[in-house]
Amino acid sequence: MIAELGRFLIALALTASLAQMLLSWIGASQGGRSAYASAGRTASLAALTTSALGFALLIAAFIQSDFSIAYVAGHSHVDKPLFYKVTAAWGGHEGSMLLWCLILALFGYGLTRIGPSEPAFRARAVSLQGLLQSLFFAFLVFASNPFDRLDPAPLQGRDLNPILQDPALAFHPPLLYLGYVGLSAAFAIAAAGLIQKISGREIATALRPWALGAWTALTGGISLGAWWAYYELGWGGWWFWDPVENASFMPWLLGAALVHSSIATEKRGAFPGWTVFLALLAYVLSILGAFLVRSGVITSVHAFALDPERGVWILGMLGVSAVAAFGLFAARAGTLGEGEGFEPTSREAFIGANNLLLAATAGVVLVGTLFPLFVEMLGGAPVSVGPPYFDTAATPLLVLALLLVPVAPFLPWANGGAKPALKQMRAAILLVPVALAGVALVWFGAPILAVIGGALGVWVMAGAVMDIVKSFPLAKTRALKFATAGRAMAHAGLGFIALGAAADASRPADVNSALGRGESIEIAGRTLTLSDVRRADGPNYLADRATLSVSGGSEVRPERRFYWAADQHTREVGLGSSVTGDLYVSIGEARPRDDGSVAYEIRAAFHPLVWMLGLGASLIVLGGLCALTAQILTRRARRAVTP
Amino acid sequence: MIAALLMALALQAAPELAPAEEARAQGIMREVRCMVCAGESVLDSSAPMAGDMRRFIREEIAAGRDDEAVRTALVSRFGHEVLMRPPLETRTLPLWLAPVIFLLLGGSLLYGSMRRKTRKDGL
Repeated sequence: MIAELGRFLIALALTASLAQMLLSWIGASQGGRSAYASAGRTASLAALTTSALGFALLIAAFIQSDFSIAYVAGHSHVDKPLFYKVTAAWGGHEGSMLLWCLILALFGYGLTRIGPSEPAFRARAVSLQGLLQSLFFAFLVFASNPFDRLDPAPLQGRDLNPILQDPALAFHPPLLYLGYVGLSAAFAIAAAGLIQKISGREIATALRPWALGAWTALTGGISLGAWWAYYELGWGGWWFWDPVENASFMPWLLGAALVHSSIATEKRGAFPGWTVFLALLAYVLSILGAFLVRSGVITSVHAFALDPERGVWILGMLGVSAVAAFGLFAARAGTLGEGEGFEPTSREAFIGANNLLLAATAGVVLVGTLFPLFVEMLGGAPVSVGPPYFDTAATPLLVLALLLVPVAPFLPWANGGAKPALKQMRAAILLVPVALAGVALVWFGAPILAVIGGALGVWVMAGAVMDIVKSFPLAKTRALKFATAGRAMAHAGLGFIALGAAADASRPADVNSALGRGESIEIAGRTLTLSDVRRADGPNYLADRATLSVSGGSEVRPERRFYWAADQHTREVGLGSSVTGDLYVSIGEARPRDDGSVAYEIRAAFHPLVWMLGLGASLIVLGGLCALTAQILTRRARRAVTP
Repeated sequence: MIAALLMALALQAAPELAPAEEARAQGIMREVRCMVCAGESVLDSSAPMAGDMRRFIREEIAAGRDDEAVRTALVSRFGHEVLMRPPLETRTLPLWLAPVIFLLLGGSLLYGSMRRKTRKDGL
C-alpha cells in the first residue's frame, strides 16, 4: 500500500509542478498579481507537500524493510542498523532523485515566499522553477520510480554498499543536493529576469542570497564527501580529481565565482551579463554533474548507481535546460545593461580576476573530465586524464586566485587606487617572508609546491586577519558586521585549506609491511607495534580489529570488515590524531608465514596537519552562513523602508 | 602442497628498496592507473593486479632503470591509458592548451568591461 500511495504522490507532485509552471506563467504575463499567480503559488505548495510525503513514505518503507519495493530490496537488509535503513532512502539512484525533486520543490516554494520583490518577476521565476521541477519529476515518475514493485518479493535485501554505511556519508548527499539543486533557484531567477527584461543589477540583487545559500551547502557537502573519502576509502587521499568529484567541483567553482560577481553587479552594476550567464551555467553544470555521476559514461571510484538508459534522460534534460537558457541569454543579453567600467586597481577588477580564474579552472576541469570520453568517441587510443593533469593545469590557476584574495577587500570600488590598500596591508606583506622561512623550516626538504602552498596559506590568513581588524570597527549595522565577519572567515578558511593541502603534499612516503604480533614498523619518527588482533563483529558484519601501540603511549585500532549481505570487504582505518597530524593505519589480509604464524598486511601513513583542511572547510561554511545572515538582514531592512 | 606453493609465490615479496628509491617508486605508482579499477592509482588500489604492478615497478627500480624507462615499460604492456598524466602530443593539445585558451578568452572579456570606463573618461 505504501508503494502505491508513494507512486500516486510523486505523480501528483509532477502534476502540481506542471500546474505551477503554467499557472505562474500566465500569472506573470498578467503582471504577477492575478489569481493565476496565486494559484501557481498554491500549486507549488502542493508539489512540495506531495513530494515531502512521498519521501516520508519511502523512509517508512525502508524502516519496515518492505522488500517488495525494488529500490528497498536493492539497498537495505533486515540486519542493518535503523539509522542506515533511514539514510539508505537517499543512498541509491531512485531515492536520491526523489530527494533532488523534493529540494527543487522546496526551492520552488521558497521562491514564492521570498523570491524577487517585483511580482511579475517573481511569478516568472516560480514558473521556471516549475519547469525544472516538471523535468525532474517526470524523470522520477517514468524512468527512476523508487516505488517500483518487485515480484516475487525477495526474503532478504541486497544491502546498501557497506562503504556508504557511514555517518558522514549519511548527510553528504542531502547537503550536496541542497547545493546542486539550490543553484536551480539562481537559474530560475536569472532566466526569469531575462524574460521580463529586468536589469542585470536587479537580477543580481534577487539571486544573490540563493546563490550564496546553495554554494555554502555545496561547500559543506563536498567537504563531508572529502572527509569520508579520507577515512573510509582506506588510502588517505581526500581529493582525487575523480570524475564524480569534478562533477561537484565545477558547480562549486562557478558558484564561488557567482557569489563574488553578483556582489559587483549588485553594488556597482559591473559584469551584468556575466553574472546572469554564470547563474545559468552553474545549474546547467549541476545537471551535467548528475549526468556524469548517474549515467556511468565515466568510471569513477564514487559511482554507485550506473545505468546508461537513465543517462539518456538526464542528457535530454541537460539539453533542454542548456539550449533554452543560453538561447534566451543570446536573445536578451542586450536588456541587461552595461557596467560603467573600472580601473585595474579597483575592487571590480579583482572580483573580475577572481571570476576569470575560477571560471577558467572550472573550464579546465570540464575539459579534463570529458576529454577521455571525446577521445573514445572519436575512436582514438584511450587516454587517461588523472590527477597529474589537474595538478598541472588547474592548481596554478587556483594558486593565482589565492594570491589575489587578501588584497581585494582593501581596494575601493570603481576608480580604484592601490596605495591606501597597500598601506593597510603592510603588516600582512611583512608576514610573507617570515612565513616563507617558517614553512621552509617546518617542512625541511619539502617539495617546492608545498612551500608555495604554505606561504600562500599564511598570506591569505594574514589578509583575513587584517580585513577583520580594519573593516569590523567600520561596520555600523548588524548586517555589515555579519558580512565582514563572513568574508574574513571564508577567506581565512581558504588559507587553512591551502596550508593543509601543502602539508599533505609533503607527507612522508607510506610504509607497507606484513606484520606478525609483536613486530614493529616506523613512520614519521613513531614506532608502531602490532600488539593484538581480535574479532570485533558488528550487527551486520564480521571484523578483525588490530591494536597497534604507538611509541608515546597511544593506540590505533584499524579494522577489516566483511559485510556478509553485500559479500564485500571494507577497511576501517585506525586514526591517531594529534596537532601535528594524523597517523593513518589500515589493515589488510592475514597471510600465513612459513613457520605457521600469521602476518597482517599493514599500511601506515602520516598525514601532517590534516585537521587544517577540516577547519578550513568549516570556516568557509560558517563564513557563508554569516554572509547569508547579512543578506537576510539587509533584505529585511530594505523591505521595512519600502513597504 | 600446491596451495602452499601458490601462497609462497604470492608472498614472494618485492625487493626491499632504499628509502630514496622507494620514494621514487611510490612517485611513479601515484601516476600509474590500476587497469582493473575505476580511476585509482596502483599506489592506492587494493586490487591484486595493482599489487602485481607495484611489484613490477619496484623490480624495475631495483634493476636500476630510471623513471622514464619504467614508464615506457608499463606503456608497452598496458598502452598509454596506464599513465594518468596524458602525454603532450598533437591530439592532446586541446587538453593542455585549455587553461591558456580559457584565460585568454576570459581575460579579453574582462579587459573589455574594464575599458568601457577609460573610453568614457576619454570622451
